[in-house]
Amino acid sequence: MKNGPDHRTKNVLVEFLFRLGDDRLILGHRLSEWCGHAPILEEDIALANIALDLLGQASALLRLAGEIEGKNRAEDDLAYFREATQFTNLQLVEQPNGDFAFTIARLFFFSAFNNLLSERLQKSSIEALAGIAAKGFKESSYHLRHSKEWMLRLGNGTEESHQRMQIAVNELWRFTGEMLAFDEVEEKLQQQNVIPDLNPIAPKWNEIVAAVLTEATIIIPSHQKDGGQAGNHAVSGSRNGFHSEHLGHLLAEMQILARSYPDAKW
Amino acid sequence: MDEWIDDLRFSIIQQSNHPIFQYFNNLFPQNKSMATKDTFGEGEVWEVFIQKETGAPHEHAGSIHAADPEIALQNARDVFARRGEVVSIWVVPANSITASSPDDSGPFFDPANDKIYRHPQFYHIPKSVKGM
Amino acid sequence: MEALDEIILLERFESRINAGEKIEPKDWMPERYRKQLIRMISQHAHSEVVGMLPEGNWITRAPSLRRKISLLAKVQDEAGHGMYLYSAAETLDVDRRELIEQLLSGQAKYSHIFNYPTLNWADIGVIGWFVDGAAIVNQTMLAKCSYGPYSRANLRICKEENFHKRQGYEIVATMAAGTTEQREMVQDAVNRWWWPSLMMFGPSDNESPNSAELLRWKVKLHSNDELRQRFVDLTVPQSQAVNITLPDPELRYDKKTQHWNFGKINWEEFWNVVKGNGPCNRERLAARQKADDDGAWVREAAVAYTMKRRMNR
Repeated sequence: MKNGPDHRTKNVLVEFLFRLGDDRLILGHRLSEWCGHAPILEEDIALANIALDLLGQASALLRLAGEIEGKNRAEDDLAYFREATQFTNLQLVEQPNGDFAFTIARLFFFSAFNNLLSERLQKSSIEALAGIAAKGFKESSYHLRHSKEWMLRLGNGTEESHQRMQIAVNELWRFTGEMLAFDEVEEKLQQQNVIPDLNPIAPKWNEIVAAVLTEATIIIPSHQKDGGQAGNHAVSGSRNGFHSEHLGHLLAEMQILARSYPDAKW
Repeated sequence: MDEWIDDLRFSIIQQSNHPIFQYFNNLFPQNKSMATKDTFGEGEVWEVFIQKETGAPHEHAGSIHAADPEIALQNARDVFARRGEVVSIWVVPANSITASSPDDSGPFFDPANDKIYRHPQFYHIPKSVKGM
Repeated sequence: MEALDEIILLERFESRINAGEKIEPKDWMPERYRKQLIRMISQHAHSEVVGMLPEGNWITRAPSLRRKISLLAKVQDEAGHGMYLYSAAETLDVDRRELIEQLLSGQAKYSHIFNYPTLNWADIGVIGWFVDGAAIVNQTMLAKCSYGPYSRANLRICKEENFHKRQGYEIVATMAAGTTEQREMVQDAVNRWWWPSLMMFGPSDNESPNSAELLRWKVKLHSNDELRQRFVDLTVPQSQAVNITLPDPELRYDKKTQHWNFGKINWEEFWNVVKGNGPCNRERLAARQKADDDGAWVREAAVAYTMKRRMNR
């Protein structure tokens, strides 16, 4: 890369792009599982649209990661020929879909994050990343809107939908901490002026989520007596390849064909 | 917390798709249509009008189902704008549309056919004049 | 008097159809026309929706990101096409819920082709090539049918399905030019899908009870056999281009008629699948039933939310 980052920044940048790409690939994959099974035909289409946006973002991000890495790995090599421990997506996105409330609450949590992150990454000094982020910002704005509207409907709908939504939010809460925690990867990139400061994302995310949950009459887990832990500890480590057991199964399914015939072109 | 878990169990049992209800529905098939009407609505029908570029008219694209205007709008977007080419969408509850009836077609539309004075060709102007 | 009116109305209706005019929802139409259309359009809609399942089966295992994205987009389109068609049916005074109930109860039919399993990735290519290919032949005709809303729905579907067949054929062509194993997969898929695809056009017209009436009212413009022949004529050269053998030893080009002659179709198999005894009938309906059951509380919540908002206004 001309005028690109130095060698060490480059490695960190590749790691950062893996995180971004893997989050979107795995969530896109999970959402695609709904296609043909959604509560109403219109929602089959909506969830597939969102999955397509995320898979598109994932493709572009992994391609860019491969190019910067310079080891001759294309996006498919990265998606199909890495092990679970080499994936650095959040545990949030690899969880099985659960019911529609779980899927929507997770989508809402992630979309709020994705939207705030993409907004900032548009200012990245890496032009290609800024371009992908600009597209991702527009797309995630819609994902946020769609998931928010369903948060309100399920939270305020029937007794049953309200309870299902509350359970989903409680279950998912422990996965949100690591989503909002940035480490030395992001810090280093910020120091090198490759990306802007991401620290304002966490408070903003909390603000958005609190507002919507309140409107949806859902109790914010961190306001509950036990601090939202609901008997569970917040998860951590996925940015370093530490996952729940679900990811292995997801990848086994996703990669089966590509790995069974490594020399084939499809 | 335990309380509302119990409530949840209760409301699941109230659901007509619960195995217990399916069992009853099989026993008393007449219950099924009632349960169907109450619990399985597909929402209202909304007619969708899309505008393909600014300045163009909104044209009827089709219809979708939704329970409320905001979701109707999003559904319309997902269904009719998934290949791009749309800049604006209207959704209208189908039952709010009053349409002319085919029997009206004579009295309703024919009289306009002979109002030739509404057409520019009715008026003669000197040939040398341009830009009229 | 009423009977006389009816005769005059029918005469006017048929002369409009003969003049190539479209019939619109509020126009007078014979009850038989309305019934036949509801049956046909809803079957078509159900086919799109059930048709999501066999291909959906491979979305999570698609072998590259490009394939994953295009397959998801295609299956999503099928949901969209199901919707366009349900909407067209709804212009005839039935509601979508009613039609879906008929599907789930087994009262309504859908295309028998979707009761076959997708066993290897090449099936995805071959479905795009054969099944969408056959559907396009059929829908191109239906886009010209006499009922306005159905004709418009098919027009939109044809436009959008352009990429479906190409998507499938590209998979087939890539695999046919690939490794030995890939070639075997394609040939295996072709062997399994060829004959069921030919059955998609329905039994020969002499044995198809509704055909004459549908043709007279221009709901259909060509006979089942004509459409089937057109599909075979289009597909044989496409198979030759990728060196794939169609599993019919009787396939021969007739220079006089300029058509490809083909062997006998096993209609017993067809009727067996239609009657519910195909390889996947139960699984397909069970999957739709589960989606419907699992979604009931969501639909209920959406309606409850609207009611609450209206009351608060």
